Amino acid sequence: MKDKLIYFLELTGFNWFIPLVRLTAGESPKHQLQALVKMVGVPLFAIAVFLFLWHLGAAKVITSLGQVPGPVQVWEQVTVLADEHQASREREEAFYDRQEQRNAAKLEKNPDAEVTIRSYTGKETFFDQILTSLFTVFVGFLLATVIAVPIGIMAGLSDTLYSALNPLIQIFKPVSPLAWLPIVTMVVSALYVTDNPVFEKSFITSALTVTLCSLWPTLINTAVGVSSIDKDLINVARVLRLNYFTTVVKVVIPASIPMIFTGLRISLGIGWMVLIAAEMLAQNPGLGKFVWDEFQNGSSSSLSRIMVAVLTIGIIGFILDRITLSFQKFFSYDKNAVIR
Amino acid sequence: MRKQLSITWRKLVKTLAAASLVFSSGMMSVTAAQAAPGEVEKPELKFGFIKLTDMAPLAIAYEKFFFEDEGLYVTLEAQANWKVLLDGVIDGTLDGAHMLAGQPLGATIGFGTKADIITAFSMDLNGNGITVSNDIWDQMKPNVPVGEDGKPVHPISAEALKPVVDSYKAEGKPFNMGMVFPVSTHNYELRYWLAAGGIHPGYYAPHKGDVSGQLQADALLSVTPPPQMPSTMEAGTIYGYCVGEPWNQQAVFKGIGVPVITDYEIWKNNPEKVFGVSKSWAEENPNTHIAVVKALIRAAHWLDDNSNANRPEAVEILSQSRYVGADYEVIANSMTGTFEYEKGDKRAVPDFNVFFRYNATYPYYSDAVWYLTQMRRWGQIAEPKPDSWYMDIAKQVYRPDIYAVAARELIEEGKLPASAFPDFETETGFKPTQTEFIDDISYDGTQPNAYLEQFPIGLKGEQVVE
Repeated sequence: MKDKLIYFLELTGFNWFIPLVRLTAGESPKHQLQALVKMVGVPLFAIAVFLFLWHLGAAKVITSLGQVPGPVQVWEQVTVLADEHQASREREEAFYDRQEQRNAAKLEKNPDAEVTIRSYTGKETFFDQILTSLFTVFVGFLLATVIAVPIGIMAGLSDTLYSALNPLIQIFKPVSPLAWLPIVTMVVSALYVTDNPVFEKSFITSALTVTLCSLWPTLINTAVGVSSIDKDLINVARVLRLNYFTTVVKVVIPASIPMIFTGLRISLGIGWMVLIAAEMLAQNPGLGKFVWDEFQNGSSSSLSRIMVAVLTIGIIGFILDRITLSFQKFFSYDKNAVIR
Repeated sequence: MRKQLSITWRKLVKTLAAASLVFSSGMMSVTAAQAAPGEVEKPELKFGFIKLTDMAPLAIAYEKFFFEDEGLYVTLEAQANWKVLLDGVIDGTLDGAHMLAGQPLGATIGFGTKADIITAFSMDLNGNGITVSNDIWDQMKPNVPVGEDGKPVHPISAEALKPVVDSYKAEGKPFNMGMVFPVSTHNYELRYWLAAGGIHPGYYAPHKGDVSGQLQADALLSVTPPPQMPSTMEAGTIYGYCVGEPWNQQAVFKGIGVPVITDYEIWKNNPEKVFGVSKSWAEENPNTHIAVVKALIRAAHWLDDNSNANRPEAVEILSQSRYVGADYEVIANSMTGTFEYEKGDKRAVPDFNVFFRYNATYPYYSDAVWYLTQMRRWGQIAEPKPDSWYMDIAKQVYRPDIYAVAARELIEEGKLPASAFPDFETETGFKPTQTEFIDDISYDGTQPNAYLEQFPIGLKGEQVVE
């Protein structure tokens, strides 16, 4: 029971709970407390020092938009954003109430009248924008994975294919998302023409830009991982006369999981960074747009709000990385390997 | 077992048939309802705006539920810049937008993207200012006459700036200034002010492919989006700009510049923004267009009601981050009738923003013709044109007929009195000759070419940029 719990905690990355578990199980308290201090105490102390230095340093820099925000101002804006979210939800409720009243009045006058409920027209709040960003990055990332992993596996297994693709990969890898964006915008505008779009054009543009920038690490890592698996494993597959597909699924993929996941982690990290830039320019209603709008507003609370967005982006990026790490630990066959 | 299956199969087919029958009859009744006259064709609309104080009628129409009263469900979306906004209206992403008065005209004559844009509602009068950086102001100040109270005499003519521009030219440094869009009111007002002071703002030569607007210029004008003006000036890329509020007061508040003149002083009660829609959209949705204009007229009236009594509430709404987003104090100045020039030099300008008074919402043909004359003056219209051409274009783009329908409906519904509007029976669409310009040149909208002859700087008659 205790071991299963410890395994679960290791898997999900909550290593710092492990000493607590061991403490409750009665293992040597001195050791566990030392481990706790090392795993929890030290990082917390480092964070506190950083906050203190930030607080001091921020007060010294005065820009035309006011003082650079310190931790206190940033926290204030977090509460303001939560209040705005609350206010927006209330306005939404009032909006639907008014509609229902209007519809009821219409039906009273004419029971056969057509009545519809229109969806809320207000602007999305900060928290809605976080969800939009997450959704966009996942769509972009999934698309990138679906393209990159199969091609990577084929390129890893075949030297010819790899030398054919390598120059292309090396040329397109360094291209910044900001350079892709105008081209993607034009292409999407030209090709995505329907009367009733399911997705907004800005969403597609942002997701495609994320795909274009984040598929290279996965592609390269998969190819390298596949080409460096033990030749004996391939020979075994040949001896057993396994067909191509079975070889890939049963032998190649399990052997190269660490490299594939490393690639996925890097891709997700890059994708998340790229997304913010892409959203700023394509105006997809996510965190990037929030930062851009706040910059345009130029109010005295703008810098603090941008800081809130920066920290949110960082924290979400951290969480995403941890989730991918957990998946990697779960799928890895070598349980003794240390995966950070 | 088989019998059970066949029974369920028949039941399924029956329900499907019944459902499709109901569905198709439902569809038919929907289309029948859409054909009813006076019904709004497209209730769900998306309008674009730029973060400027004079998008107020749109914000008020939304927040005070004037749109909902007309059965419209409007989403207001801030746009990144004027070009994106115009493209959005042209390609249909936006149903309509808060536009510069010159944009529908420029689009119709083909300067920039060619498209048929019309307007039936003028959103406001005045509302702009010209700001220069602290450095330039210090150099200008010695040239500005000082009144008895020790403060600079207003309006400040560009003659005070001319020595500064000349000195920069002598040193070989380009004198850069910013405006918001090639066909923006700000561009024409800045050029008007500069030319009135003897500074040449540059020509356009679209027939030669040069649309920089900097040919033969003493001062080089370029485009910057309004919210980025203060930071661009702070960075030193431009030495001054002409932009709408709150970006002039923002410069004073942040200590990075000094507004030297408002467009009220360049041309009293000049037309500024309009509500533009594409011609095809207006033709497909006539009732919707009228409903939108009705809501906007009510919003404009609310803004000027009771001698601007509602303005503080309007400022509160505009300072929300989803509308203009600048600080309350920055927006409040101009909206409540004061304007701060130098830091501490606050003067009363009660008509800085006019939304409804003086028939501000009526789309006058003479306003359209003035913009066309300025386009010709600076070469955006490369070839000379007869007076009749100006009249034709004005009548194509400005639609007081739609405005009249909307206003009449409001009068009938009792929402506004007939006295609030011009007399539609006698209104020609041309204002009487206007004389309150900074250079004292008078403007008669029916004689555009004669008007152009009066300017020392600018193309006139048969002139073409070489």
